[in-house]
Amino acid sequence: MTDATLTTETLAVTYTGNREVEAVKGVDLEFAANQLTAIVGPSGCGKSTLLKSLNRLHEIQPNAEITGDVCLNGESVYDTAEPVPEIRRRIGYVPQKPTPLPLSIYENVAYGLRIHGDYDSKTELDAHVEEYLRKVNLWAEVEDRLDAPGAELSTGQIQRLCLARSLAVEPEVLLCDEVTSALDPISAETVEETLAALKEEYTIIMVTHSMDQARRLADEVVFLYLGEVVEQNDTRSFFENPQDDRTKRFVDGYGVTDSDESEPSTLEDPVSSDQ
Amino acid sequence: MNRYAKQRLFGWLARGATAIVVAVMITVVAVTLYRGGRVFLTDPTIVITPPGSRYMLEAEGGFLHAVVGSVFIVGPATVVSAILAVSTAIYLQSDYSSERFADAVNMFLNVLWGTPPIVYGVFVLTIIIAVGARTSLFFGIVAIAIFQYPIMTRYTDEALRSAPDTVKEATYGLGGTRFETATMTARAAMPGVVAGIVMGFARGIGDAATVLFTAGRSTTMPSGPFDGATTLPVMIFDQAMSFNAEVRAHAYAAAFVLIVVVLALILASKLLAGRYARFAPGGTHS
Amino acid sequence: MSGSTESAADDQGWRSRLGRRLLAERLSSYWFAGAGYFAIVLFALIVLTLLYQSLPLLEQYSVVQVLTASNWDPAQNEFGFLPAIVGTIYVTVLSMAMGTPIALLAAIYVAEYADGRAKTVVSSFIDVLAAIPSVIFGLVALIVVVPFVGDYLAPAVGSSATGLGIFTVSLVMAIVVTPFMISLSVESLEALPDELRESSLGVGATKWETIRSVLLRAAGPGIFSAILLGFGRVFGATIVPAMLIGGQTQIPDSLFATGQTLPTLIVNDFGELMSLPLTQSALIFVGLLLVIVVWLFNFTAMVVRRHLQRRWQY
Repeated sequence: MTDATLTTETLAVTYTGNREVEAVKGVDLEFAANQLTAIVGPSGCGKSTLLKSLNRLHEIQPNAEITGDVCLNGESVYDTAEPVPEIRRRIGYVPQKPTPLPLSIYENVAYGLRIHGDYDSKTELDAHVEEYLRKVNLWAEVEDRLDAPGAELSTGQIQRLCLARSLAVEPEVLLCDEVTSALDPISAETVEETLAALKEEYTIIMVTHSMDQARRLADEVVFLYLGEVVEQNDTRSFFENPQDDRTKRFVDGYGVTDSDESEPSTLEDPVSSDQ
Repeated sequence: MNRYAKQRLFGWLARGATAIVVAVMITVVAVTLYRGGRVFLTDPTIVITPPGSRYMLEAEGGFLHAVVGSVFIVGPATVVSAILAVSTAIYLQSDYSSERFADAVNMFLNVLWGTPPIVYGVFVLTIIIAVGARTSLFFGIVAIAIFQYPIMTRYTDEALRSAPDTVKEATYGLGGTRFETATMTARAAMPGVVAGIVMGFARGIGDAATVLFTAGRSTTMPSGPFDGATTLPVMIFDQAMSFNAEVRAHAYAAAFVLIVVVLALILASKLLAGRYARFAPGGTHS
Repeated sequence: MSGSTESAADDQGWRSRLGRRLLAERLSSYWFAGAGYFAIVLFALIVLTLLYQSLPLLEQYSVVQVLTASNWDPAQNEFGFLPAIVGTIYVTVLSMAMGTPIALLAAIYVAEYADGRAKTVVSSFIDVLAAIPSVIFGLVALIVVVPFVGDYLAPAVGSSATGLGIFTVSLVMAIVVTPFMISLSVESLEALPDELRESSLGVGATKWETIRSVLLRAAGPGIFSAILLGFGRVFGATIVPAMLIGGQTQIPDSLFATGQTLPTLIVNDFGELMSLPLTQSALIFVGLLLVIVVWLFNFTAMVVRRHLQRRWQY
């Protein structure tokens, strides 16, 4: 159990460059510990940007500017002397596209451990690798070919490998960026099962475009639209009793507009540089 | 050393390495422009003056002969090579040949691209000797054309492959023949094709090793295609080690001209090609 | 028009528009096919010609003899290639040793550290450097590098060299060959998807660790090709060595000594090619050697690269 809480304080992310785009506008959120919070919203509304800003991963984009703050267990993530890689160890990130590192299966999981020196001997490292591969239900499928390149696995297996890799460094918070949208339904199901099993141990924040997935997995849901938080509620209330009009329309599968016309329109794509 | 110190160290090493490269480039260009420019200031007409009888010994006259040589060797060579290169590239596309064939030919082209230019010079030289001819402008053209061919073919091939399939579909769909479709595709890929040709021209202009043995290294104005000739790079090579300071100065003037021409060509190539120019720039070295 | 297209064309022969188009199609097919095979024909022609013209030398001396003899004196019928071979190896190894780390580090800077404007500026500078003809590098080196090596560097290590020699050539060739190794490597690195970086940073790796363990592996095959191309360039370089190596015919005894490379043999003794009988064959044999070595390297490189691509796939 990590018991880690994450909060944001007036967090805003702006992309400078040819056009100035405010991807995330002054967001105040509280992510409770040991549960899975889903962030939903139409495409391009800043969900990924918000997620990446939680562990400062957006900083690899040259034009992103941030104001406001993010706090892990009350300590600031931005205004801190702690080196950024340490922060990212504590707040881990799994990308949408299943991306194995160009290493063997074993080395993929061991990567984080090796870097942070979290082991004393090879046997200990072996044990850790096995532990995390088991946690994502991958061990049985790969135990006899740990030296094979990670990329030789199927897409679903690769995504579980990525989860194992992220978990191996024992983060306090796990950020999942649409981690099943590139998978076929069967693989997606396996990954979802893994996440469901993990959510009581870790604080998981998951971006998803699937309402069903949010309903299945999330304890709380946050609705992000045009870079602003429209509503946040526990899953049941969110879906059965949405407070805001826009949430209502979104949940019902209609498009969300700024005006009050209740016409079903296609989901808008207001921001084209959602990273 | 902890992780973060290593991080900083390598960051600085990377910056340092880049600084070295940039500094070298600035030095080379600056020295050439400065020394060459000095010569031009005292005598701006050397580019258009033919060499005197003791040109290589005393810098009497100018180096028009080398300019003429460069233009009349690389120009025709580029034309010939371009025609051949585009034709080969067209044949390598899927409607003319199999992928296996294209792969095999590309392998040979890569080998030819990697062949040291002096080998082309030696090759043409053996032909010259075998037919009992003399080194001349004509053979310079042959050698440079062979040298440019692999480069231009690879560029054109890439360009044609990147052309959208819809062009082919549309042309065939209107009842076009293979030839007509190929022409249309080439037109659609024109920026990339032209970029490849310009690249080939730039490499040809800067090359000395191929022409060294094939064009004659002459010190007089060529009066016809079967006369001996020389090009700017070859002349620079010959002049650089002269004992006469004025002759060496002329080498800088010629280098000045070369650099300006090559820079203009790169600019043209970039403007024309955009993303096509990103394919393996091979440099212009011998 | 009724009837099949074939008969319509036949009826009026080449006069009909369709007939003309079909004729054009047929003729152009032959032309293109010819052009398609041209590359293979050219290669075969070059190899065969070089082989054939090397025979006179090889009939007199065995290959081993010629490659290991250390005296090069065509006038006396002595055809020892060893000094040139040694010189070529020295120069190639030394310049790659100097150039590769710089190329890699600079490529990492451009691809991973440089911001928008710096990246454009530096990339353009590198493109310019890659396009400058090598004869100009030789020219500038004569007044910049040679005195530096001769007056400062060599005495500093106790050598009494003149500034012309193996080291100078290696230094200048390293400069010549670095720019496009950088361009190719940058391309390989920039082709990598951001997710790779995100995955590594996402477990708390530093930027350098990401580059070292992940990016260099993923871009490895491309970078390997770039280095190999550089190697081929240095190996076959003619102009810069001819200007800066000093033309000694003995085996070089130190890094600052003068010497020969295989291509400079051809350049220096070209004059005698016409007058001395076996010399022509010998110099052509050098050309053959160059082609064979480069070709072998390219082939090995392809195999190694494929292996690397499998091992470091992502």
